[in-house]
Amino acid sequence: MSVAEKVRESPAVVDTQRRPKRVTDEHGRRIRVWELALRYLLLLAVLALTVGPFLWQLSTSLKGPTEDIFSSPPKFLPSDPTLHNYERVAETVPVWDYALNSLKVATANVVTNCVGAALAGYALARLRYRGRKVATLVFILAMLVPVESIIIAQFTTMRDLGLNNTLIGVLLPACIASMNVLLMRNAFLNLPYEIEEAAFVDGANAWQRFLRIAVPSVKGTLAVVAIFAFMGAWDDFLWPLIVLSDPDKFTLTIGLNYLHGTFANDERLAAAGTIIAVAPLIALFACLQRYFFRGVGEGAVKG
Amino acid sequence: MASSSGTARVTGPVARVRRQLPTSPWLFAAPGLLVVGVFILYPFVSTLVNAFTDRRTLIPGEFVGLANFRELLHDEMFWIGLRNSTLYVLGVVPALVLLPLLLALLVQKNIPGIAFFRSAFYTPVVASIVVVGLIWVWLLDERGLVNSLLEAIGVGRVGFLSDQWLLLLSAMAVTVWKGLGYYMIIYLAALANVPRELHEAASVDGAGAVRRFFTVTVPAVRSTMVLVGALSSVAAFKVFSEVYLMAGPDGGPAGEDTTLVMLVQRTGTGLTGRVGYASAISVVVFVVTVALMLLVLRADRKEDA
Repeated sequence: MSVAEKVRESPAVVDTQRRPKRVTDEHGRRIRVWELALRYLLLLAVLALTVGPFLWQLSTSLKGPTEDIFSSPPKFLPSDPTLHNYERVAETVPVWDYALNSLKVATANVVTNCVGAALAGYALARLRYRGRKVATLVFILAMLVPVESIIIAQFTTMRDLGLNNTLIGVLLPACIASMNVLLMRNAFLNLPYEIEEAAFVDGANAWQRFLRIAVPSVKGTLAVVAIFAFMGAWDDFLWPLIVLSDPDKFTLTIGLNYLHGTFANDERLAAAGTIIAVAPLIALFACLQRYFFRGVGEGAVKG
Repeated sequence: MASSSGTARVTGPVARVRRQLPTSPWLFAAPGLLVVGVFILYPFVSTLVNAFTDRRTLIPGEFVGLANFRELLHDEMFWIGLRNSTLYVLGVVPALVLLPLLLALLVQKNIPGIAFFRSAFYTPVVASIVVVGLIWVWLLDERGLVNSLLEAIGVGRVGFLSDQWLLLLSAMAVTVWKGLGYYMIIYLAALANVPRELHEAASVDGAGAVRRFFTVTVPAVRSTMVLVGALSSVAAFKVFSEVYLMAGPDGGPAGEDTTLVMLVQRTGTGLTGRVGYASAISVVVFVVTVALMLLVLRADRKEDA
């Protein structure tokens, strides 16, 4: 698409000398032709670097068993595209069961984080009670603890609860993340208080104010929490690697690592597996980009 | 029992408040506090305590004082891990502070199609580290794409994944590759706040693009650079997945590419896991992480003075 765009745009740029339609920067200043060409050249180079590896993986996954995938110079397009490798990867490891496990954990993680973080965030932002500052501090401190440094203790805690090697065990430690609680708190703090005050005067209790007035006003932040909760659970590796030992319970990332370790020689299979793992997230990202970008901004300010 | 934690604990308070019972704010905060308490704060305290015991996965263990930390001093693998994790910070952080800034400058101007490029550059952030790791294992394979290209242009094949140092360097490159888009977005937000007048004034004074970068852009986004430095150095020191996937669970032959968190994972898990000793390593990870954060933030304040 970008290449097509470039081809389409470049002549137009050359024409700007004569035509009133000009390519301008964000301040309305005209950009010189050579500078624009240089920019697109660099953009395409970075594009090849960032997206190229995914496309190469896709291409490898579509190459048939007789096609040489090691050729030099490399062949970028499969000569006879086939979905054969996707069938084979499912025969080798239960990749669809792994995907289902990942989907379960990720969906549950979205629900628990949205509900739990909204409730706790509202309590920190709006409700008056003794100990509110302490509760806020607890969440801030918890956010600062690097998960990697407590992961062994999380594992022993999970063992004590009898939940290691279960999907619940995978879900629990991050099911209400402190950062999400604090994100929701900030979102509620930024709402004007007057409406809720009016509702309070009209006799609405805290729950009614929360559900009817506050939550509908922070849908954007809630969407950010939901997306990052889904992505976090779907992509997570270290924790499920530690807590899961039974291949039946594997999530997709652990299953891929298993596939890689066991069948390291078959690049086509590994490629098909990684495409299965990454495609849903790329689709999600394509649909909901602005929430992904918003999440980076809000998360970085907090982190 | 804790299985339905999320929903069960939430419907409880909900139902009660609806029945007009006295509202307790603690009911709103309870699920969050419970999760954070049981799965973050308790394990944190537990790590600190375990570090002074000889606890194993199936054996409760006893207090052993500083024995674990004394053992660390003589454990070659610990020093290898500390070395690799430190090298990782030194290698990754400068690249992640500078490259995303240049990338942000590249995608800042609203030229046709730029939204597509911004999104495309963000794709590696969305992918799981396992996917990214496996993609690069295949790309950097002895017979993979990168080596095919190198051979085609006459450089010859390079053993990216077989040499200890090249492997660590390759893993760093993968970390940078995956982080570029994330920090680019952070920088884009910061660049949007740089007043255009500054650039114009510098332009009028005859400053070229490079000069303006150092005299206008860098000072204007300096606090963001510090933030990126802090975030990326903490993340880099805790590196696990990239090296685990590229070097294998044992950190390559003789474990020369082991990082500290890999050592924690290897030492502390499994039925024979040495929980006490792994906790001692975890304490080191925690202390260094906090120190790194303070160091970067202090560097910022010094420059202010």
